Amino acid sequence: MRLIPFDQIRDTVARLCIEANCILGEDVVRALAKGREIEESPTGREILNQLLENQQIAREEMMPICQDTGWAVVWLELGSQVKIDGGELYDAIQAGVAKGYTEGYLRKSIVADPLRRKNTGDNTPAIIYTEIVPGDRLKITVQPKGGGSENMSEIKMLSAADGVAGIRKFVVDRVWRSQANPCPPVIVGVGLGGTFEKCALLAKRALLREIGSVHPDPFYAQLEQELLEEINKLGIGPQGLGGRVTALAVFIEAFPCHIATLPCAVNINCHAARHKSAVI
Amino acid sequence: MSQIKNIITPLTDEVVKNLHAGDAVTITGSIYTARDLAHQRLVAVLQNNETLPFDLRGAVIYYVGPSPAKPGRPIGSCGPTTSYRMDAYTPALLAAGLKGMIGKGNRSPAVIDALKKYCGVYFAAVGGAAALLAQRVRSARVIAYEELGPEALQELVVENLPVIVVNDCYGADLYQEGVRRYKKEG
Repeated sequence: MRLIPFDQIRDTVARLCIEANCILGEDVVRALAKGREIEESPTGREILNQLLENQQIAREEMMPICQDTGWAVVWLELGSQVKIDGGELYDAIQAGVAKGYTEGYLRKSIVADPLRRKNTGDNTPAIIYTEIVPGDRLKITVQPKGGGSENMSEIKMLSAADGVAGIRKFVVDRVWRSQANPCPPVIVGVGLGGTFEKCALLAKRALLREIGSVHPDPFYAQLEQELLEEINKLGIGPQGLGGRVTALAVFIEAFPCHIATLPCAVNINCHAARHKSAVI
Repeated sequence: MSQIKNIITPLTDEVVKNLHAGDAVTITGSIYTARDLAHQRLVAVLQNNETLPFDLRGAVIYYVGPSPAKPGRPIGSCGPTTSYRMDAYTPALLAAGLKGMIGKGNRSPAVIDALKKYCGVYFAAVGGAAALLAQRVRSARVIAYEELGPEALQELVVENLPVIVVNDCYGADLYQEGVRRYKKEG
């Protein structure tokens, strides 16, 4: 067994919360710059300009890229040979989120109850997903997820007979109905297969992929490309004010499926597609 | 984009009538932050004939819940939040003198009608350009509902805050027109 100190996990999570919110990934910056080159709408180009300038200011001043610093979604790959020294793993994650959101001047956006809506004050609880993997390492990924784009997400239990055409219609229509609301240009995460809740999780995890990466399965690589082209014909454009660059990427995660079902989930991310990882 | 129009708050009918969907505008002066819960409270105040925490006549409301200010700064990052959640409350506020709103995303037909009826204007700021927008804020002061945290009602003094006119007082809608222009069929 390898011992990892509680404090090291807490401090790593705190750092990842701050860095993810203030430093936009190079892949997103490249995609926004490429979007500015191909955008036909002058208003759209000006918006992409502002977004590129904004991420520069955020990086230099260590200020949040967006005031909605999101739910702290935390993905763990926990080596089976790891033991936590000085406390429990999930307590360390929650303490790290509270520390990061407080010390990093990040917005606290979580209310303790969906109907009574009192703010928890430190952005906890984090949403934690854990996978047990072989080895003696702990990989932590923090994915701050904004509310505006989350509101435009949806899951549908399609019929197996709906097939690729049904998927295409649902995904493109979901983006069309979202218009300006999720802060386009967006990244579209698509979950396919699994159970009802597994499918939604696949869509969220798909958003962690690097923009520009190609799906390892050529079938899905092609479907991703076709969906992206179709979405970028919608005319929604940057901030929904009209243009070519509506989405920067479509990412699909597929999973085995029951013979009676074809679940499809769409999780939309705004252009501030934030995530940072560390391995301890 | 066309030439940028500079406007100063509070807004008059004359200023609003000179604004058209698609105009690039910069705003200077006092504006008021309010989002979901603050709107609920403001409309309750109006219904009970109580006194509002600020003068609504000619006012501009910014739909924003800023991130906390670092020491020595007036405000943290402060981009717009999605506007449709405020649609249910907006006609009542326009009827009571509100002139402008800054947010992002489409408004309901009822809001667009109320903008025509009461001579109001809806602006979009660039969602997610929150660090850039923060640089245009000179000062910030909580004037009500402090207990709501990021949803507290604040008075911001802004200088050249960049926005785009989406819905003008003539019924035009830049979201619909812009998307129609770039949509490809098939």
